[in-house]
Amino acid sequence: MTTPLVSLQDLSVQFCGNRKASALNEVNIELAAGEVLGLLGESGSGKSVTLRTLLRLHPERTTKIRGRMLVDGQDVLALKGRALELYRGGTVSMVFQEPGLAFDPVYTVGQQITEAIRAHESVTEQAARARALLMLERVQIPQAKRRFDAYPHELSGGMRQRAMIALALACQPKLLLADEPTTALDATVQIQILLLLRELQRETGMSVIFVTHDIGAAVEVADRIAVMYAGRIVEQGPVGQLVRAPRHPYTAGLLAATVGTENRGQPLMAVPGSPPDLAALPPGCSFAPRCKHADEACRSRVPPLLSSAGQAVACWHPLMPLAEAA
Amino acid sequence: MFAYIIKRLLYAIPIALSVTVVSFVLVYLAPGDPLNAIAPADAPEEVIVALKSAYGLDKPVPVQYGLWLLRAVQGDLGTSIASGRAVTAEVLSAVSNTLLLAGMAALGGVLIGCILGALAGYRHGTWIDRVATVVSVIGVSIPHYWLGLVLTIVFSIWLPWFPAMGAGPGGSSEWLWDVEHLRHLVLPALTLSVIPMGIITRTVRALVADMLEQEFVAALRARGLSAIAIFRHIAKNTAPTVLAVAGLQIGYLMGGSILVETVFAWPGTGFLLNTAIFQRDIPLLQGTILVLCMFFVVLNLLVDILQPLIDPRMGRG
Repeated sequence: MTTPLVSLQDLSVQFCGNRKASALNEVNIELAAGEVLGLLGESGSGKSVTLRTLLRLHPERTTKIRGRMLVDGQDVLALKGRALELYRGGTVSMVFQEPGLAFDPVYTVGQQITEAIRAHESVTEQAARARALLMLERVQIPQAKRRFDAYPHELSGGMRQRAMIALALACQPKLLLADEPTTALDATVQIQILLLLRELQRETGMSVIFVTHDIGAAVEVADRIAVMYAGRIVEQGPVGQLVRAPRHPYTAGLLAATVGTENRGQPLMAVPGSPPDLAALPPGCSFAPRCKHADEACRSRVPPLLSSAGQAVACWHPLMPLAEAA
Repeated sequence: MFAYIIKRLLYAIPIALSVTVVSFVLVYLAPGDPLNAIAPADAPEEVIVALKSAYGLDKPVPVQYGLWLLRAVQGDLGTSIASGRAVTAEVLSAVSNTLLLAGMAALGGVLIGCILGALAGYRHGTWIDRVATVVSVIGVSIPHYWLGLVLTIVFSIWLPWFPAMGAGPGGSSEWLWDVEHLRHLVLPALTLSVIPMGIITRTVRALVADMLEQEFVAALRARGLSAIAIFRHIAKNTAPTVLAVAGLQIGYLMGGSILVETVFAWPGTGFLLNTAIFQRDIPLLQGTILVLCMFFVVLNLLVDILQPLIDPRMGRG
């Protein structure tokens, strides 16, 4: 196997503001070039934190990061100054959840894409503008020439997210981070954006980490899914297997809480309880307080993430043993 | 955009008209008779009547207003009762002195305020932030006539570095751009700059601190922009609000410097207003108030026109 494009090794992130919160706990992720990983979990499970850590967007003064982050052969935690600027947006770029909030409101969309291009490459203003316009056309914005000079607030939500994608891809990143890119959009537009992202991924061959709490969206675009809970990865595996035969009770709970073909007409099963306080994690498995299979072992020791044949699960009592991979 | 400017200009007309009404009527609400100031208390009835008709005070107030307005739009604000000179000339010379003083004070105050505020906003919660906050609170709350007196004692009496009186040597009110005149400008300008400095510092600090928390700033960093490029974005986003606050402050400086101009005997509008009030010089008073009010109208107009040029979300209504 070749070296992976992204390799997170025992990555832990702690916010030390007024209270300490362990947002990520020894997360291990590997992603090959061209692979699409869906990061699944409920709010506060550490999905967005993982993406923001990959771009080092957390305030340095109040954030403690441990572990290693290797992206495209670079040690991300050691990057400084110009190298970090080139890495952000050049090697790795990000599509934000709310395109309305992620654009500077007082510059036109075209100006912002042009500026981003010129921050990474020494090209003339005209060349950068031409490329920015090309990007807007590539994300299928109708009348791209006119939209180039539009301010963000003059575009619709779907249009803005397309422009955001154009901006993110303007410098040909090797890895695209998509932070719930469809959550803020109308249902019909959501599908268009998902299809666009998949199409662009296939065209460019870039890797994507796609954060979502919508299993349907994850299934649509991802090759592999990692399920997060309370800052840990609890299950990982190829999309088909993970959806058909979940091993972790939490994954099973998430699937049961989603409308699908099998449970049509039946009431949805919610996962009882709420996620733990990240400032005071339980000593054992963080899901134990909500799990009907939990016993003494679950409450006292954190289950390790065990993997076999491309699948991994962190549970003392998996619903199906790993060896029996289907 | 052009239509917006025209519309805004048209709005200014009724505002300016109401300002003239208020500045004319207000003076009549004040107690005392203007003739007391020029006629002796025991003047015979015929003299009073003659004086009244000479100054037009025998006509009904609305007629007086109409005549006054008619002359005012032609640039004639009447004759000062106390000095006998044309009010327009007196006010204009005072206005140029005040503009100079207020301009310098505003420039210094806004500049230092922006720098301090941006530093405090960027270093939110650190000692720099606390120092800037203390400085701005002192700046806003210190009575500036008192500050003027203290500065005079320190830099004029104990250390004879700067003169404390007038706008130039020998009490001349003619301004020249030379060292001697600039030295007269230092203390009053410094005194006046403290309030806008404090207010701008507070405004900029709050704006920048709030802006840095916004998602779009994280997004700008995620694009790989340098710190300087991001600062440009923040500056452009804060500019409309700072401009509005600065515009109001400059307006206050134009008229609000009565105390400071009196302390430093600076021959500006504040000083003139003070004199006119004490001498019950009604034409002079009306003229000065009118010109000061017009400054506010024009400043607000300028700010309203400039703001949407910076922030496209404004002024499309």
